[in-house]
Amino acid sequence: MSQPQREPSGVRKGESEKGDGVREHTLAVLVENKPGVLSRVSGLFTRRGFNIDSLAVGETENPNYSRMTIVVKADDKTIEQVSKQLNRLIEVIKVSNLTEDESVERELAMVKVSSDEEVRSEIMQITDIFRATVVDVGRESLVVEVTGDSDKIEAIVDMLRQFGIREMVRTGKISLARGPKTTKAD
Amino acid sequence: MSKSEEEKSEKKSQTQTETENEAQAEETQAEAEAGSEERHERRGARALVEGLKDEGVETMFGITGGAVMPVYDELYDDDDIEHIMMGHEQGAAHAAEAYHSVSGQPGVCLATSGPGATNLITGIADASIDSRSVVAITGQVPTDLIGNDAFQETDTRGITMPITKHNYLVESSDEVPDTVQEAFHISSTGRPGPVVIDLPKDVSKGNTQAQKRDVEVEGYNPTYKGHPEQIKKAAEAIQDAEKPVIFAGGGVIMAEASDEIRELAMENDIPVTTSLQGLGAFPEDHPLSLGMLGMHGTGYANRAITESDLLIAIGTRFDDRATGKIESFAPRAEVIHVDIDPAEISKNIHADIPIVGDAKEVTRNLNDYIEAEFSSPDTADWLEKIDDWKAKYPMEYEDDEDSLKPQYVIEEIDRMTPDDTVVTTGVGQHQMWAAQWYTYKEPRTWVSSGGLGAMGVGLPMAIGAKYGAPDQEVVCIDGDGSFLMTVQELSTAVREELDITVAILNNYYLGMVRQWQELFNDERYAESEMEKLPQFDKIAEAFGAHGERVESEDEVEDALEAAFEYDGPSVIDFIIDPMENVFPMVPAGSGNDEFIMGKGSPGSRIS
Ligand SMILES: Cc1ncc(C[n+]2csc(CCOP(=O)(O)OP(=O)(O)O)c2C)c(N)n1
Repeated sequence: MSQPQREPSGVRKGESEKGDGVREHTLAVLVENKPGVLSRVSGLFTRRGFNIDSLAVGETENPNYSRMTIVVKADDKTIEQVSKQLNRLIEVIKVSNLTEDESVERELAMVKVSSDEEVRSEIMQITDIFRATVVDVGRESLVVEVTGDSDKIEAIVDMLRQFGIREMVRTGKISLARGPKTTKAD
Repeated sequence: MSKSEEEKSEKKSQTQTETENEAQAEETQAEAEAGSEERHERRGARALVEGLKDEGVETMFGITGGAVMPVYDELYDDDDIEHIMMGHEQGAAHAAEAYHSVSGQPGVCLATSGPGATNLITGIADASIDSRSVVAITGQVPTDLIGNDAFQETDTRGITMPITKHNYLVESSDEVPDTVQEAFHISSTGRPGPVVIDLPKDVSKGNTQAQKRDVEVEGYNPTYKGHPEQIKKAAEAIQDAEKPVIFAGGGVIMAEASDEIRELAMENDIPVTTSLQGLGAFPEDHPLSLGMLGMHGTGYANRAITESDLLIAIGTRFDDRATGKIESFAPRAEVIHVDIDPAEISKNIHADIPIVGDAKEVTRNLNDYIEAEFSSPDTADWLEKIDDWKAKYPMEYEDDEDSLKPQYVIEEIDRMTPDDTVVTTGVGQHQMWAAQWYTYKEPRTWVSSGGLGAMGVGLPMAIGAKYGAPDQEVVCIDGDGSFLMTVQELSTAVREELDITVAILNNYYLGMVRQWQELFNDERYAESEMEKLPQFDKIAEAFGAHGERVESEDEVEDALEAAFEYDGPSVIDFIIDPMENVFPMVPAGSGNDEFIMGKGSPGSRIS
């Protein structure tokens, strides 16, 4: 007789389990704007073995609060734990998962591309197509600034790669839900 | 007229005069207030001590040092707070933990910056994982030196971040009153936990007029009331269950929910098992008690859990020492999980009926629902089955004439002490025997390091427990290795004339390690044997305590009697059979139904 069992996740076998596919989640985390908060949040991820894909922080319309946009690749159970653990932090005011919502996402990247006279115009052309801007021009390289969702950034970076990318910085994703929904202290 | 009546009438006439001269009185009051404002210009350290008094702190444990001297200076002539100087800051933290465990009031410990603060770490981590309310106050180097690797500087906030519920680095003297109040609020409400207040020296020396305001911590709102729909669902599941089991954790004790759990069990004939930290939540001499479950739990608790169709888990975090292999933990059971910490729900074991709330409040509501709208389950067959398991897998040990058995010593301690005796332990075999063989009947009578499993907590916890419960007997059941780790606290116990008894179960081994080596490492006893131990009775005497050494059963009773009668700390060194093991045992990585009853004697699975 085979013994009934639980899944390693703690769910009884045969019971419906939440989708366990790993996918990208975007969390909006409203926190008090105080020293040490960022370290508390990032420390929580390290300690509990959750992986941060990107993290962007800045003050909100209310200077008492900062808002973090955290991108995590995880399954549904893990993301639930991440949210609950974040909520345990005293300085965390609110956590929203924007993944299911329609939201506007942006990221800023600056790319330093190798470029001599010959290819400069070609690069400028690509930049135009992506509505990106050249913000610095040097003898051997130029710096392209681009904002957009992650796909767009991946795409332009891919195109620029052929010329040789010397250096690149990305801000990490920031995200706002469309329509009236907000991640605000209530 | 009686004296009190006289006083009353005097007061009355006073009030009358006051009303007559209302205008004048108001004026004087305004003046007085202005005066007190001015008088309330005080040092940060004074504001701290005032804050502690406002929170009702009467006892604190600590050791002084440069960065915390202003605070000690304030305590010097304070009559309301008793400060106990410990032998080591680790002891101060453990004493504070135990103080909370037995009294329910936050435990407070105090240490200087740098090494003082780092010595607190084990106790803070222990309080964190076992959910104890501890407020740890640490000195810090002056703010203008922070970050410069100053003498005795450590980043206490950074170090304690992962092991506290919250922590503070106080940046100005004006912040002191609010911080103290907030720290106690956060530490003692919701799921209790440790909070650190790191206080730079200039902040405690600097002046402030700040008064505390109403605490409001925006991001902190524990939920106490369980959702009524969920509670109803739980009542229905209980009514329909055929093989229900209540699994009570430490949260039941923290929330003072023992009476409600007793009612839930006894009114509905549902058997109860507890986690290690839940010992005492339900009287272990009651027929519905299954004792503890898990790695060294009873065979019948583990069988019952495995077979159950409904697990009513209250105030427990499903630690892996309790669940064994997740896949085989209560595989058939629908799970009701009541916990005040939402993050515990479905963390390890999926909850079919999750209820976030206070264990006392939720269980009381649950009892009310069952009484008003539902009926009790029919558990007659289930209880019969459990009785069979109790007969088949009894708790037993081989009592031979030639050697002293630890279980026997504990049974004797149990027999000779009142029901409300507080037992503290170190970590190892003795801890598990103390959990198995002493009959806990009351909440707040068991204090032990469960989650962290920190050797050395027993003696300092006995000291903290004695302050938290001065009228109760306090016994520390310790191991030789564990005792040695914090032996210096004997000097604290002697100095403070504490009436506590330490019973060392001395096997001249780091016994629990030896047990694992014997069972799973081909008897390769790597660094677990302790051939040359000091004579603990002599050590006790050298510290000024009462000491005894006991080598056979017929000396046990007399030695215990002498210790209990002695008005001060006693240490009894019980030389036990070094080869005795803790059984039943679920080998690490196995399911709870794969326990072994003794060497080479498998328990379950085959039945
Ligand atoms: C601080 C600390 N160090 C190491 C361990 C690992 N450990 C667990 S039990 C044990 C042996 C405990 O020996 P003793 O206190 O003599 O108790 P016994 O098992 O013999 O009853 C050890 C070393 C621990 N739990 N805590």
